[in-house]
Amino acid sequence: MFSKRLLSLTRAYRARFSLSIFFGWLGGALTILQAWFLAKLVNDVFLEHRTISQLDALLPMLLAVMVLKAVAAFLAEYTANQLSIEIRSGLRERLMQKITRLGPVYAGAERTGEISMTALDGIESLDAYFSQYLPQLALSASIPVTILLLVFPIDLLTGVVFVLTAPLIPFFMIMIGRYGETLTTRQYSSLSTLSAHFFDVLQGLTTLKVFGRSKKQTEVISEISDQYREVTMKVLRVTFISSLALELLATLSTAIVAVEIGLRLLYARMEFQPAFFILIIAPEFYFPLRQLGLKFHAGMTGVNAAVRVWEILDQPEPPPSPEKDIHATLAPSSGSVIWLKDVHYDYPGRESFQLRSINVELRYGMVTALVGKTGSGKSTIFNLLLRFAQPNTGIILLNDTPIDSIPVEQWRRWIAYVPQNPTLYYGSIKENLLFADPSASTRQIEIACQNSGLLPFIQSLPNGIETIVGERGSRLSGGQAQRLALARAFLKDAPILLLDEPSSNLDPQLEADLTSSVKQMAKQKIVVLIAHSVKTALAADRIYVLDQGQVSQFGSPAELRAMPGLFAQLVSGQPSEASG
Amino acid sequence: MILSKLVAFLRPHRSQVALAIVLSALTIGASISLMSTSALLISMAALHPSISAVGVAVVGVRFFGITRGLFRYAERLVSHSTSFKVLANFRVWVYSAIEPIAPAGITRFRLGDLLSRILSDIDNLENFFVRVFLPPATALVIVATVSLYMSMYSTILGAILFFGLLFIGVAISWITLSVSFAPGTRLTDLRSALREQIVDMLQGLADILSYGQQAQFMAKLRSISQPFYEQQRALGRINAMQTGFTSLATSLVIFSMAIVAIPLVNSNSVKGIHLAVILLGAMASFEAVQNLPQAMNLLGANLRSAARLFDLEQTTVAVSEPSQPQAVPSHPHIRFSQVSFSYGQEPILRSIDLDLPPGKKVAIVGKSGAGKSTLGHLLLRFWQPDQGEISLDGMDISHFHSDAVRKSISLVSQDTYLFNTSIRENLRIAKPSASDEQIMAACSHAGVDSFIESLPKKLDTIVGERGMQISGGEKQRLAIARAILKDAPVLVLDEPTSNLDAATEKMVVSTLLKVAMGKTVLWISHRPAGLSEMDEIVVLRDGAIVERGNHAVLAASGTAYSDFWSSATIEAD
Repeated sequence: MFSKRLLSLTRAYRARFSLSIFFGWLGGALTILQAWFLAKLVNDVFLEHRTISQLDALLPMLLAVMVLKAVAAFLAEYTANQLSIEIRSGLRERLMQKITRLGPVYAGAERTGEISMTALDGIESLDAYFSQYLPQLALSASIPVTILLLVFPIDLLTGVVFVLTAPLIPFFMIMIGRYGETLTTRQYSSLSTLSAHFFDVLQGLTTLKVFGRSKKQTEVISEISDQYREVTMKVLRVTFISSLALELLATLSTAIVAVEIGLRLLYARMEFQPAFFILIIAPEFYFPLRQLGLKFHAGMTGVNAAVRVWEILDQPEPPPSPEKDIHATLAPSSGSVIWLKDVHYDYPGRESFQLRSINVELRYGMVTALVGKTGSGKSTIFNLLLRFAQPNTGIILLNDTPIDSIPVEQWRRWIAYVPQNPTLYYGSIKENLLFADPSASTRQIEIACQNSGLLPFIQSLPNGIETIVGERGSRLSGGQAQRLALARAFLKDAPILLLDEPSSNLDPQLEADLTSSVKQMAKQKIVVLIAHSVKTALAADRIYVLDQGQVSQFGSPAELRAMPGLFAQLVSGQPSEASG
Repeated sequence: MILSKLVAFLRPHRSQVALAIVLSALTIGASISLMSTSALLISMAALHPSISAVGVAVVGVRFFGITRGLFRYAERLVSHSTSFKVLANFRVWVYSAIEPIAPAGITRFRLGDLLSRILSDIDNLENFFVRVFLPPATALVIVATVSLYMSMYSTILGAILFFGLLFIGVAISWITLSVSFAPGTRLTDLRSALREQIVDMLQGLADILSYGQQAQFMAKLRSISQPFYEQQRALGRINAMQTGFTSLATSLVIFSMAIVAIPLVNSNSVKGIHLAVILLGAMASFEAVQNLPQAMNLLGANLRSAARLFDLEQTTVAVSEPSQPQAVPSHPHIRFSQVSFSYGQEPILRSIDLDLPPGKKVAIVGKSGAGKSTLGHLLLRFWQPDQGEISLDGMDISHFHSDAVRKSISLVSQDTYLFNTSIRENLRIAKPSASDEQIMAACSHAGVDSFIESLPKKLDTIVGERGMQISGGEKQRLAIARAILKDAPVLVLDEPTSNLDAATEKMVVSTLLKVAMGKTVLWISHRPAGLSEMDEIVVLRDGAIVERGNHAVLAASGTAYSDFWSSATIEAD
């Protein structure tokens, strides 16, 4: 219910935060003053039988208090709200920056849907914490204290009733709140499950339809919604009981105070005006505490959502790469070599090494192919080369320079990378291409498209290069999307080219064309490709065969084919014995 | 109208809705009564009567002091539980609206937008009953009751309170609503734009980092989030003003009532002891309209969300179901006659003829993007041919219910979707009644049994999001196991091996050929593996058939197919 870390976010805005709380308190103080004037008004009219004209300055003063009170209410809410927006916007920026630094190894392994929900809905749900819960927390301390300070001199007994009942409210809140907190956590994860399930069902709708199961899902959805309702109602029942306890305390105490002062008034042990004043402010004494009870739930939801935000923010980051651009002259050129020397790597949270003692040599002017079954470590080598991950032990060198001493942005500027499932963004084909080089000329674009085999396709489109492609390239076939990604990589014209199975969605003719353009380009590049098809591998100058995270064979295609081993088995299409 | 359509979702829970309104009114009624009786008690006591004279007031004060909390508790339980039930119905409704338009209609909305629609919009509607519908209904009851009570003292007092409550409840709310409508609408749109941008960023993180585009993407994110926060600021300002004006209006009503009541007390037409009752009672009654501005405010967002969801229903269904569906023959003779089709202007298929008597195996080959997959989609009735007809035993396919057609077809496609649940449940999609023995038998047939055995939790293993933890080969084998379990007479293979490496492809193809025995097969491929086993091979180019014949005939001549074949067989040499 009270998160130090969330509270620390307000530190940067201390003055504004205090001002917002002050306005809230001012509103409460003016309410007390208004009660005093009202009590005097009733007293003067009811017991002193005064008329309006005999009330003198009372009415204008009452009116002034009323206006000021409204202004204070506006200012309190306005400042709290604006502050909450700034805090959330800062936090979201920090979170997204962090995710970018963590890279696809983290964000890919975790769920895209879940992280995006944290970044958007999770942070939004902090609004209630900052704009309502926190200011209310301050008010629920300051206003009752102010009232007590006024009531004690007027009526000791009522003061005692207030003092005795007030601590019970936070006591109840803490008691019930602790239990509610665990339940709220459960409810939050249940909501995530509900969302994830819905997303899953929608994504797999085609599959469900093919199997005639899509209609059945309505039952599953209503079942899961029911479960959600049950879990949530359990949480709410607790919150409701806590606010029932609070309300009972508040209303009963008001009733007790009313009866107690009523009886003393009856026996003339008290004056009417202070008695009536106390009656009016009795609810005001409990009001901030009750409001806190109402906002408690919203506040807790925020605290729980924040847990996931902290989790992401606390992920260990790769050490910062050197800032200065001192290595520009090191760009791979003729004669350059990238060495992976005795590299070990394991994915965080997994037991066995993903890569063991990898020694790989990638030469300028050559096409090097990585071959192996799924899970043999080919993609991990790419992740290391892209510096999405760092070796646990061992080193990667560009000539004599460890690559992690090169600024990471600089390093990646030297790499063009085509992942197996490239991401195309909503926009025109041209926009997707210019992603690689915003300043590319029409001629350069054309050459890149020519080399990737995309050009005939573009020419076949009525809108040509301005054709809009949908999310994840939904209007393009797998092959077309891949060619677009290739064109994008070619356009970047970086000295290092990483291709993750460049031909998986291409038909044989395109595959052959692509192989020859890659070979042509490789004369002035370091080209590394992950080959799924043997044909792609055979086109390389040098092949590394990976098996269970180790290099099991390497050499030229001719050497490897002559050699008994995994590669020869792959070429002949026989299942390898090693794979079981 | 959207509102009435939304309210219609409450209708099945009528009695609970009524109960919630009554309890809610009783809650506010109790607190008004508590303040009024307390005021009465103190005023009476001030005149020092005998203790018995104030007895009733004392009892009343105690009674209302206790009941308010209890009524509130009961009301909340009833209203929230009802609210969740309404939401569940809503979720089911939304799904039922999307189900018939998929997969044809889904591409109309971008995937991220669809996610945003469903999740945020439904979550938005979580407020509808408790915060939007209930407060005005309760206010109606309270305003009427309290104003009538005040008119017993004086019609003017009743009128001031009535119009005061109405002004706060309706006028301020309405003004707030109309002022916040534009920013509210923009905010909802910006929120979904922001979600899309975040999802885009996360999914493309590898591309973004490798192109060094993180600063550009953060800037793009900011360019959406800045206006998003701008709108939030504007809404925050409006809400704060509303709070201020509500406070001012409340005070002014009390002030005016005091001004009116004082002469009445002076002239003794209202008893002195009732002055306090009038003022405190009126003050307490504002609780009834306190939540109306918020309700009106939320109403805008709710209507917008509901409109977007109801919009799903407007999407035209790509395939209409027959009013009197025919029974699908058990082993249909499938025929495509002169079938043409396009998704938009550009024709995807042109005058396709295919004859698939039971047991025949036909391969469709051609370059990627030649419209091959569309053939399968038409047969599965995801789409309707623009021209020509697809028939089953001579009857046009549109005479059959699409579910019935799909029942007789197994599809193994290039991107198999595995759900985020156990392997068992993923396979049972094909046959819900399948026992573990049957499932494992199918798996062994599909060659994925040893993989499942190697998993610590075997069939109970949960597949990660989008099947990430399972390799392409295993995924395809699971798809084949599904097809075996479904045991349909027709098998459509849509490039089932295109994401596999050569060695795995060969093994999967040989499994597929075994499974295909005795079935009608439509094999869509751009790779040569397995084609020699087909009865007929159809070569497609730009959506039209350019060649057909069996493998031996086509491979011999200098045809397009033989080019295709020979360039491809390099792989095997």
